[in-house]
Amino acid sequence: MNVEFKNINKHFGPVHANVDINLNIQSGSIQGILGENGAGKSTLMKILSGFIQPDSGGIYLDGKAVLIDSPADAIKYGIGMLHQDPLDFPPMRLIENFIVGQRGGLVPSYKETIKEFKELQSRFGFSLNPEAYVDTLTVGERQQLEILRLLWMGASALILDEPTTGISAQQKEKLFAALKILAEQGKTIIFVSHKLEDVEILCSKVAILRKGYLVGEVPSPYDTDQLVEMMFGKVISLGDRNTVAQNDVVFELRDLFVEHYPLKIENVNFQLRSGEVIGLAGMEGSGQDVLLRACVGLLRPVSGKVIVKGKDLTNKNYLEFMQNEVSFLPASRLEEGLVPGLSLAEHFTIAGEEKKGLFIDKEYFREKAENMIDEYHIIGRSDSTVESLSGGNQQRAALALLKKSLSIILLEHPTRGLDIESAIYMWGKLKERCLQGCSIFFISGDLEEILQYSDRILVFFSGHVSPPLDAATTSLEQLGQLIGGKGWDQVFEIKENYESNANT
Amino acid sequence: MSGDIILFGLAGVIASGAPIVIAVIGETLTERAGVINLSLNGVILLSAMIGFWVAVETDSLFFGFLAGMVVGALVSTIVAFSSITLKQSQVAVGFILAITCRDLAYFLGNPIMGSQGPIMLSTSIPLLKDIPILGRLLFQQSLMTYLSIIMIGIAWFWIFKTRPGLMLQGIGEKPAAAYVRGANVQKMRYFYTIVGGALVGLAGPLYTLSVKPGWKGTITGLDGIGWIVLAITIFGGWNPIRAAFGAYLFAFLQWLGLVLQPYMTSIPSQVLQVAPFPLMILALLFVNMGNTEWMERLIASLPDTVRLGASKILRSMQSRQPGSLGTPFERQ
Repeated sequence: MNVEFKNINKHFGPVHANVDINLNIQSGSIQGILGENGAGKSTLMKILSGFIQPDSGGIYLDGKAVLIDSPADAIKYGIGMLHQDPLDFPPMRLIENFIVGQRGGLVPSYKETIKEFKELQSRFGFSLNPEAYVDTLTVGERQQLEILRLLWMGASALILDEPTTGISAQQKEKLFAALKILAEQGKTIIFVSHKLEDVEILCSKVAILRKGYLVGEVPSPYDTDQLVEMMFGKVISLGDRNTVAQNDVVFELRDLFVEHYPLKIENVNFQLRSGEVIGLAGMEGSGQDVLLRACVGLLRPVSGKVIVKGKDLTNKNYLEFMQNEVSFLPASRLEEGLVPGLSLAEHFTIAGEEKKGLFIDKEYFREKAENMIDEYHIIGRSDSTVESLSGGNQQRAALALLKKSLSIILLEHPTRGLDIESAIYMWGKLKERCLQGCSIFFISGDLEEILQYSDRILVFFSGHVSPPLDAATTSLEQLGQLIGGKGWDQVFEIKENYESNANT
Repeated sequence: MSGDIILFGLAGVIASGAPIVIAVIGETLTERAGVINLSLNGVILLSAMIGFWVAVETDSLFFGFLAGMVVGALVSTIVAFSSITLKQSQVAVGFILAITCRDLAYFLGNPIMGSQGPIMLSTSIPLLKDIPILGRLLFQQSLMTYLSIIMIGIAWFWIFKTRPGLMLQGIGEKPAAAYVRGANVQKMRYFYTIVGGALVGLAGPLYTLSVKPGWKGTITGLDGIGWIVLAITIFGGWNPIRAAFGAYLFAFLQWLGLVLQPYMTSIPSQVLQVAPFPLMILALLFVNMGNTEWMERLIASLPDTVRLGASKILRSMQSRQPGSLGTPFERQ
């Protein structure tokens, strides 16, 4: 199906989110939509999928003007959208998820639907169990389910919103292969992303959005620098790797054994030096988050010791870790990190570093918030509530809220969902702290991020932990294989050597 | 006690469990759609009084039950309007309605206190009633009791086996996902809140016209039933069959309290009257053991052959509340 946007405009209050956008997407092509957070990609896609209506302009499908006024309406026209956070029903079985929303008799026939489901998925090499419950699937598998569902509903144009966030490398391969098959069948694929690498591999053409404007369209093959310049209006480089690790040990795990059903993580030994950055790599659910939580007293280890700056803090709670200058920044910002409903100024008040009296010195904290907004380039005001900020700005706020004097910061997915510029900014701020002797321990699903910023790497695979690998001598391929469970024999050899060295 | 008396008592348990079963099914449907209707304690009292009154005036059981359902539907419409359309707190509105309706029932019901009204008699089902034991237990009941038993099956089938039922689960779980699948979330929430409310309203007259005939004001003894219904809905895991078991268990414990009283003269009668409530909590906690982590660990340590079956049973014992229960839905 040929999808065409003509002079699309959309305002949200004072923000002009889409300015006069004209874009023509040929059927059978994979079109990339590239842009940083807040560039207007989501708005444009929400207009196409019927979530919102444009203020002016129109959408033409195969040359015919259409009015799409709900997502259900969009699918009738053959437009299906795969949302970043899959819109499915986790406690229900897969096949039930598949059926909800289909037209038909009062009692759906499971037998027949399962047969059709299996046929459909075999065309794409997916192997989902229709009887499984959705909450037992990974994000990648839930995407596969949604794609199959949309196709079964008759989608001939598929919108994918940041589909490669949170899925494994293998699942990404499968996804891309499936998308290519679909394009060959004449379906229109619209791939929305801020990840250059993915867009470059997959898309035959890329449209770049910046601040609501369509900056231009580029056909494959791509020049990365050109794309970056179009996205940001300037050239950005990741910068050189630099190490500021010193020799004194600030944090140590001794024979740590943590159990968190169904994972068992045994025998973890390693030392974190001051100023050092250690990255934890692995597929989601391989045990990284479990270990990180055990390191700050949020999970009780079965045995072993957690030692912070020479002090044994095993079995102590998070409060005591905080008193010893350890801080933890969890992945779910709004659930665990920030308090929705409170303003930035109020966040600085409850962060409780200063002015701990009973009454609030509003003026003082307003000023403090404004200083931090300047220092951390947060787009927002001191009285903006945190949930009104964009993801990148929430992350900056969380970072600004960390205490000044910290020895160890533990982060979970520090740049997930952020565009390149925000991510580079985050790391700049973190590295500043490293220079002052602060150590960092972080989880990321982005292997390039791990290689770029860590000094040493711990790899996780279903509860197994590798010895610390030197990031400078580890390659992306090597790391990719390890998190997928390959090449571990060598690692264990290294581990034995490492342990025998540590013992002598 | 002879066997006959026990059988007679158990048949009574099924009859006196009927209004609880119906109310629990109503609340389950409402909560499955994502709306908590907290008004039900008041609604049961108000519909009991008004249903009885209408039955007295019209000398018709049918109009009595109908009036109860109308009361339930009207009160739940207030809940629906304030929580779905005005997006106000469902808890606050429901709670206030629970208290208001209860006091209204006592206040407005004064003129008919102690009146004589029609009573629903049992209707035996030919042939089936002669089955030993079961016939006495199940097939010599009132029409409403039959209805309550049939409704358990219908509600279960509707929620878990039909297309609209799947969508109902979806609306309560993740309304945004239901919306992209074409559901009119607000309309369906209104629908299930009102239908659920009408069922709760049917429970009231079922007491005053059958289980505990007559309206006696504050000593009618219905205050508190609504809260128990709410608890059974939750511990029943929003599943009509599990919830029905809870309802019968509660009715059974109440009956046990009455039966045991003469044998346990040393225990104050109040203890036996109140005992069903805490016992109910214990029983429900036991049933919900599937949610605990140590249970998962125990199962993980079993040999493979046993584990598969065990985890299936465990899954059926787990309960999870509808994901968006109590939260309003916004399209954007």
